[in-house]
Amino acid sequence: MNRRDFIVRATKASAAIAATGAVGYWLYDRTGPTGQSVIQNVSLPDFSLPQAGNRMAIVTGADRVKTVNRALQALGGIQQFIKPGDRVVLKVNAAFATPAALGATSHPELVAEVARLCLRVGAASVVVTDNPINDPQSCFSLTGITPAAVAAGARVAMPGEASFKPVTVAGAKLIRDWPLLYEPLRGATKLIGIAPVKDHNRSGASLTMKNWYGLLGGRRNVFHQDIHTIITELAMMVKPTLVILDGTMTMMTNGPTGGSLDDLKQTNTMIVSTDHVAADAFGVTLLGKSAADLPYIRRAAAAGAGTGNWESLKPARENVA
Amino acid sequence: MNIIMTRRVAQIFFLALFVWFCVVTTLGDRFMQLRGWPVNWFLQLDPLVALGTALTTHTIYAGLIWALVTIALTMLLGRFFCGWLCPFGTLHQFFGWLGQRTKKHAQRVAANQYRRGQAIKYYILVGMLVAAAFGAKSLQTGWLDPIPLMQRSVNMMLLPLTGLARFYSGAWVIGGVFVAAICLNFVVPRFYCRFLCPLGALFGVLARWTPWRIGKREGTCTNCELCENNCEGACEPFEKIRWSECLLCMNCLDACRQTQMVYGPNRSAAGEVDSPDVTRRGLLIAAVSGLVAVPAIRLSGMLGTNWSPRVVRPPGALPEQEFLERCIKCDQCIRVCPTNVIQPAGLEAGVEGVWTPVLNFRVGTSGCQLNCVACGNVCPTAALRPLTLDEKVGRGRYESAGPVRMGMAFVDQGRCLPWAMDKPCIVCEENCPVTPKAIYLREEFRVVRDGARAVKSVNGTTVELDGPAMKPGRLATSDYFLRVGEERRQIVENAENSVGVLTAFASAPLVGSGVEVEIRLQKPVVDVTRCTGCGICEHECPVSGLRAIRVSAENETRSKKHSLLAGV
Repeated sequence: MNRRDFIVRATKASAAIAATGAVGYWLYDRTGPTGQSVIQNVSLPDFSLPQAGNRMAIVTGADRVKTVNRALQALGGIQQFIKPGDRVVLKVNAAFATPAALGATSHPELVAEVARLCLRVGAASVVVTDNPINDPQSCFSLTGITPAAVAAGARVAMPGEASFKPVTVAGAKLIRDWPLLYEPLRGATKLIGIAPVKDHNRSGASLTMKNWYGLLGGRRNVFHQDIHTIITELAMMVKPTLVILDGTMTMMTNGPTGGSLDDLKQTNTMIVSTDHVAADAFGVTLLGKSAADLPYIRRAAAAGAGTGNWESLKPARENVA
Repeated sequence: MNIIMTRRVAQIFFLALFVWFCVVTTLGDRFMQLRGWPVNWFLQLDPLVALGTALTTHTIYAGLIWALVTIALTMLLGRFFCGWLCPFGTLHQFFGWLGQRTKKHAQRVAANQYRRGQAIKYYILVGMLVAAAFGAKSLQTGWLDPIPLMQRSVNMMLLPLTGLARFYSGAWVIGGVFVAAICLNFVVPRFYCRFLCPLGALFGVLARWTPWRIGKREGTCTNCELCENNCEGACEPFEKIRWSECLLCMNCLDACRQTQMVYGPNRSAAGEVDSPDVTRRGLLIAAVSGLVAVPAIRLSGMLGTNWSPRVVRPPGALPEQEFLERCIKCDQCIRVCPTNVIQPAGLEAGVEGVWTPVLNFRVGTSGCQLNCVACGNVCPTAALRPLTLDEKVGRGRYESAGPVRMGMAFVDQGRCLPWAMDKPCIVCEENCPVTPKAIYLREEFRVVRDGARAVKSVNGTTVELDGPAMKPGRLATSDYFLRVGEERRQIVENAENSVGVLTAFASAPLVGSGVEVEIRLQKPVVDVTRCTGCGICEHECPVSGLRAIRVSAENETRSKKHSLLAGV
C-alpha cells in the first residue's frame, strides 16, 4: 500500500460521503405528505362600469348587425363601454361543433360585429374565447366563429391545459379552487358575454348567466347536480361590462344542442344589458316561460348579481326593420 | 452532382414529404392542414397494399391504382422504391451508416455479405398473401408493410412526442416496434429491409425480368471489394449479383475505381442470380402457415357469437369480415379524427384487429362528431367507407335508412346519479347531438332519505318538521320539494328542523300530519330508434371512472346480426 495513494483515495471517499450526507440532509422530510396542497388562486377582476349605470336595451328586428348596433346606440353607443386601449374579451358560446344556422352557438355575424365595434372605438385588442363541450378546434371553426372573428380583426383564444387557473368565489359552495379559463382574461380590461337564447332541460333556459359555464374547466359536469347553485355562483363570480343576448332565433326544443331548424323559432329580439340577471329575466320570455320558472334568476338576484325585475331598468325598446 | 448525391437528395425529399403528409393530416383548410394534400400517396404507391386488397376483395380501390406505376417502374428498373423512395428505407440506410461509419473495410464488407436469412422476407410475404387470398381471408400485411408501419409510427408516436396534443392507447407498442426495427441496423445494416420487409420481397420478385440492371463489365477487376463496402442490399455485386436483393443504391457504381460496375442493359459479366434464394420446402411451409393461421385465430369465435361489444368501429366501417379484408393498420383514420376518439385497438378486436381503429370515448376531446366524416374519407382502402354527411346523419335520400349507427348507449342504472343516487344530472341528455334527442327524460319525484316526516308547526311559508336534524341549506338547491297530499311546493331554504317553501300551501298542513321531502329527478332513457352510438354522452358523463352511460357495439348499422330491434 502506498501511503500517498491511500490518503488521496480516503480524502475523495470522505468528500463523496460528505456530499451524499449533505444531499440527504437537504432532502430530508420527517413528516411526509400531509394530504393538503396549497393552491394559488387567481381572482377575476370586476369588469363592470358603475358609472355607466344599470341599463338595458331591447331591439326587435331580424338583422343581428342592425339590432345590436341600435341596442348599443340606445345605451349611448359602444364608446360608453369600450375606451381606447381597452383589451376586450368576448365570451361567446361555442359549445358545440354545429353550423351557425342551427342556433346552438353565438352567431358569427354578431361576434364579428361586436369585435369590429370595439376595435373601431380604439380597443387595443379583442379576444374571442370559450371552453367548448365538443372538440374546441372543430367548435370554433364549424360554428364559423373563428373565420368571422379573425376577419373582424379579433384573436381566438382556444383553451389548452395551461389556460386554466384555480379560482374561489367568496361565499360559494361549488366554485372553490376550481379551474377557470383564465389565460385569455389575463390583462383584459373589459368582458362582454354573447349568448344565444336556448332551451335547457336541467336549468330551464340557457341564457347569458349559463353562458359563463364556459369559463369553467375541469370536470365541470358534476355541477349539473346543483345547476341553479352553479349558475348563481357564476353570476356572482363574473361582473361583465355588458351582456348581449341574441334572441333573433330562439332554440325552443331539443336544447342546448339543437341540431335541426325545426328546433328554432324566429323571435327577432336582441337584448343588450349591463345586468345579466335582468337580461335573462327578459330573455326567458322568448322561450314562453317567465323568470319565476327559473330558480337561478331569483337566487342570483338575491345574491346581488343583478335584478330579476328587468322592467325596473326601464329598458329602451326599439325596432329596426 | 453524381448518382449518389442524386439518390440522397431523392431520399431526403421523399422522407420530408412523408413527414409533411403526416403533419398535415389535421382537419382544416389552412396550409398546415389537410386541405387537398395527397396524404395517402405513399400508401397508394405501395403495391403491397394494392395487391393485398386485390387478393381479398378482387378490386383495386380508387387511389391504390397508383401502385401500377410503382410496379411498372420496378419491372423496368429494379427496386428503385427501396433505395430511392421508401421513407422507412431511408431511415434504415441512415442508421445503418451510423453503425458502420467507424468500421474498417473488411468489417464493412463482412456486414454486407449475403445471408441465407434474407429469404425470410419472401416466406413472410407468401404467408401473408396466402392468408389474404384463400379461405378465411384476412389482410395482415399491415403488421410489417413498411409504409403503413412508418405511417402509424410517425402518427401515433413521433408526432405526439414532439408536441402534438394527442393520446393513443398502446402507442408505446407501436413505437417500440418502430424503434426496434431501427435499432436492428446496429446488428446488420438495413436489417429490416434485408430480412423482414414483405414489400421488399414483393419488389424482389417483380424485378425478375428488368431490362436494366446492375452488374460487372468485362475487364480487369482488381478484387478490391470496394463495391461491397457500402452495399445496401447485401446483393454481392462483387460476385454473381443477387438481383432480387439489389436496392439500386448505386453505391457500387460510385465506389468502383475501375468503373467496372455499371447500370445498363447488359447482364453482369460475373454472372447473376435472377431469383430469390427460396426453397420449395420453405415456400410450402409459409403457404400452409398462412392458410392455417387465420382459421386458427378465428377459433376464438370473435367473428361469430363471441364478437366483442367493446369493438365500436368508426362510422362507415364495413362488416367485420370485410373490414379485416381491407384494413392495413395504417391508422390514417386515427390520425385525422378531430376529437382523438378513434384509437388503435390492442387485443380487444382479436389478434387480427391489433392497431385497427376502435372508438374509446374516454380518451379524446369528445365523442364522434355528428357533422364529421373525415375517417372514412381518408381511409386508403375503404375499410371505412367514404360516407357523405347526408348518409351519416340519415337525411336527403338516406332519410328512410336513418343515420349510421356505430353502436348504442346503455344507461348503467346502478351508477347513474339520478337512477342510483337520487341526484339530478342529465348531462348525457344535454349533450346528445341527435335531433330529436336519443336520450329522453322520465321526470320523477322521489322521497329523500328520512324525507317522510310529521309537521310540528306551520308559520306562513316555514314548516317545522320532526325527525333527525337536516343539514342547513342542503335542500335549498331548488330541486327539493315539500309535498302535502297532492300539493308540492319548491323548498327554498332549510334549517335543521324546518324548511321554507317558495309559496305557502293553499291549505296549511295540519300539525302532526305527514309530509314528504322530495327531490325532482329527470332520469335519462336511451331511445334505441335514435341513438347512433356517437358516445358524446359517455364522454361527458360526470361519473368519470367507469361511466354511467356507455356505448357498446350492439345495434351497429354494419352488422344485422348485432341489431337490437326486431324488423329493423
